[in-house]
Amino acid sequence: MARVSITVNGRKRSAEVETRLLLVHFLREQLNLTGTHVGCDTSQCGACTVLVDGRSAKSCTVFAVQADGAEVTTIEGLADGDRLHPLQEGFWEEHGLQCGYCTPGMIMSAVTLLHDNPAPTEQQIRDGLDGNLCRCTGYQHIVNAIQHAAASGSGR
Amino acid sequence: MIPTAFEYERATSLDDAVAKLAAAGGAGKLIAGGHSLVPLMKLRLSEPTVLIDIAHIPDFAGIREVDRKIEIGAGTTHHDVATSPLLRERCPAVADAAAVIGDPQVRNRGTLGGSLAHADPAADYPAVMLAVDADLHIKGSKGWRVVAARDFVQGVFTVDLAPDEVLARVTFAPVRTAAYAKLHQQASRFAIVGVAAALEVRGGLIASARIGLTGAASSPVRLSNVEAALGGQPASSETAAAAARFGGAGIDDLNSDIHASAEYRRAMIPVFTRRALDGALARLAG
Repeated sequence: MARVSITVNGRKRSAEVETRLLLVHFLREQLNLTGTHVGCDTSQCGACTVLVDGRSAKSCTVFAVQADGAEVTTIEGLADGDRLHPLQEGFWEEHGLQCGYCTPGMIMSAVTLLHDNPAPTEQQIRDGLDGNLCRCTGYQHIVNAIQHAAASGSGR
Repeated sequence: MIPTAFEYERATSLDDAVAKLAAAGGAGKLIAGGHSLVPLMKLRLSEPTVLIDIAHIPDFAGIREVDRKIEIGAGTTHHDVATSPLLRERCPAVADAAAVIGDPQVRNRGTLGGSLAHADPAADYPAVMLAVDADLHIKGSKGWRVVAARDFVQGVFTVDLAPDEVLARVTFAPVRTAAYAKLHQQASRFAIVGVAAALEVRGGLIASARIGLTGAASSPVRLSNVEAALGGQPASSETAAAAARFGGAGIDDLNSDIHASAEYRRAMIPVFTRRALDGALARLAG
């Protein structure tokens, strides 16, 4: 067991955890932040993507103890009260999801994508989503949603 | 998937990491980004009893130029290598290779040292490390030693690194006229074939060439017959095309798997050798 202290969505959360506990399970099962999904559990699909110290990471491939002292942002941490984050707004406006399973990971990856490149081309958006899979294959609408957010000036 | 239980320790310095590894007596494993190790631990293909986190060692990451050599800390992430203004200016092929590793999330966490020490035969870095003739600086209980990239990999997932040693940094003389060309496996983004070419051009002639191949064989190798065919020839696309044809000839341990047969890899090595050479030549003007 190990004591971890992780700032999640701006709030410091401390807990005694098994060292082998994955960050995604810490978020989902200990903090009840179930917006972060487990898809493949093999570092491929990106459904578990969160921000660790401001950059996208697959939380199924990070132990919670590795994130001790880090700042983590999940999908629940994006909206400002009732006001959706521009990427959430974009997914809403452009119908950027079908079943929604991959959506939180897609959005968290897109946060880093737009942080690095606020005005990406369509190809740059597709490259930026290399680490996220959508089994509904709704990629075109996801690209549209990110373009919508980029046009509205999402740089956060 | 749940890994075997382990003790977790954070190293505060390189010496501390070496001491912790020595104390673990062969049962310890270093973790930085963890993007090769954690998946293996989840599958229980790797079951270290002590995990030593080196990601928080001060000055373990960073890229700088010292005495006309580029020095990259082993803890530098692929993202930081890919976006380094120094590498973009002085040795863009290394940044290019980092930019096509895995996917953005992997590049945000994975590190140069981790990738080299893991020695996946389909990793990207080994090809460019061969092409720039990099030196690997290793710290262990007995002190420092330096191993050339060409001598470091001993086989599949096997490198010249003792259980109490840490790969600390990589150094190389920057080569501007170098490029990396890669045939991606579309799902994993690993290299089916990856070729890095570094050329030294003087007075319009290729004075010397180093070509590194990854993905295609069990270990990264230099394409010495292509290098020989380039030596002394005009730095032109025609030279590149003629020399690239020798790419892969004489390699008898080509990989064959669900992604590509050995025959397909053999056919693709000259194609990507030529692309790497053309990419390097295109940087002559720039």
